[in-house]
Amino acid sequence: MTNLLEVKNLTVKFPTRDTVFEAVRGLSFSLGRERLGIVGESGSGKSITGRAILRLIRKPGIVEADRIALEGKNLLTLSEKEMREVRGHRISMIMQDPKFSLNPVMKIGDQICEAYRLHTRASRSEARKKTLAMLEAVLIRDPERVFKSYPHEMSGGMGQRIMIAMMLIPDPKILIADEPTSALDVTVQKEVLEIMDKLVRERGMGLIFISHDLNVVSAFCDRVLIMYSGRIVETCRADQLHNATHPYTVGLLNSMPRLEHPVDYLEVLKRDDSWDTMPSVGGTLETEIIT
Amino acid sequence: MSTGDGIELEHVNVWFGEGKERVDAVIDAGFTIPLGKSFGLVGESGSGKSTILRAITGLAPSWSGMISVLGNILGRERDKEFYRTVQMVFQDPYASLHPRQTVDHVLSEALSLHGFKDVNDRIIQILDDVGLNQSFRFRWPHQLSGGQRQRVAIARALIIEPTILLLDEPTSALDVSVQAEILNLLTRLRAERKLTYLMVSHDLAVVGHMCSKIAVMNGGEIIEILTVEDLRALKASQPYTRQLLDASVQEC
Repeated sequence: MTNLLEVKNLTVKFPTRDTVFEAVRGLSFSLGRERLGIVGESGSGKSITGRAILRLIRKPGIVEADRIALEGKNLLTLSEKEMREVRGHRISMIMQDPKFSLNPVMKIGDQICEAYRLHTRASRSEARKKTLAMLEAVLIRDPERVFKSYPHEMSGGMGQRIMIAMMLIPDPKILIADEPTSALDVTVQKEVLEIMDKLVRERGMGLIFISHDLNVVSAFCDRVLIMYSGRIVETCRADQLHNATHPYTVGLLNSMPRLEHPVDYLEVLKRDDSWDTMPSVGGTLETEIIT
Repeated sequence: MSTGDGIELEHVNVWFGEGKERVDAVIDAGFTIPLGKSFGLVGESGSGKSTILRAITGLAPSWSGMISVLGNILGRERDKEFYRTVQMVFQDPYASLHPRQTVDHVLSEALSLHGFKDVNDRIIQILDDVGLNQSFRFRWPHQLSGGQRQRVAIARALIIEPTILLLDEPTSALDVSVQAEILNLLTRLRAERKLTYLMVSHDLAVVGHMCSKIAVMNGGEIIEILTVEDLRALKASQPYTRQLLDASVQEC
């Protein structure tokens, strides 16, 4: 089985005044044509991992890895120019809040067209046609109107659908979604996830879904990596998440209030220093099959 | 006149803008919260739940209807005495603390505004109550984590000993593990200080955990008020509430 993406021994460091902070410490995982969830608390290094894959960590941040390979091609050795070809065209990324990722002074249609024309030699009218079709694919009811609108005229759910349209229009192989629905309401969240799921499946893409929400990840992904302070502490099939064994995962699951199980006080996560020093669990498909 | 009611709302409307621009944010809202109880408001963003809190605290510019707190009917203006009884904790702990004021400054300002004398003792006491070490007293907000900031915000609200606390999505910006700590803190403080809570959240599980009665809002209207037992038994009569429940009760 070929992997779309292979990450081997990824480390991301940020030098501070008197020490070096390691945000990601020796992470290895692979991604096939599947939906891979990465969960953890804020500060566990999950977003940094997503950014490191696209080489978006800027100086003074240091990214080290044995290998970050996209379909066998090592991304670490590419020049910045070649890397621009990868970003958007091969791997694209959806950020948390559409308010901050759309250009506020540019019409939505123009922004999506730009994304398309940057990676293809399409003509203006062709790009427009494709954009309208894409807006329709993300279930926007009136694509013509949205095409001519500015981002501030859109709701959060609409904005995130527009982001999905923009990110998928150059037909990437991998989509990295960094908390794509955290800023949305539960009901809207479901819609957006369904749209994303459908498009990713239809196109046979790989999806890295970064989220702090265990419920969403277990319902939506195929496989989950659980991160704690820059390492993978556990990996499991998403539908088996409730059977997780690592004390950190169990603690996270138990600290959520449940409608069906009322309690007076919630269980509080007790952190163990040994979690910090445990070696990272491999997140490749192969280790998955053994377990 | 005291009726034993903490907060009472009757036919409350809140709107923004006038004439053509007018947007009705809250339409004919009414509910009663007995003293010492906790009441939840749920709904999507834009459903008007936060606006109700803002109307109570006097932050909404135009409203009509009747709002009473501890039996006193509120007028246009809120006096100092009102803020002694009602305090609010806001959603985003990253935005609600002044970036250039230390924890000590924030807390002592609240005290001096309300004419408290024993500032030092009270600050030491409240930091203890919200589970913060005394070393946090002279820190700046940027030196605190999200959970610690929210503890400071809760301390700021509680230091003047109010009886009613309005909570606007107090944990939605936090991780589940930190959320559990803050919710436990709120539960404990309510038991210790016999507080009345009015809590707004989009998370049914959180409201179900904290509140005994829950109002569901949609499009500015309260469409249903139900007890937490009914909510847990998934006995919602309105289709919209059922839709919300479906979206919240996921297998995990």
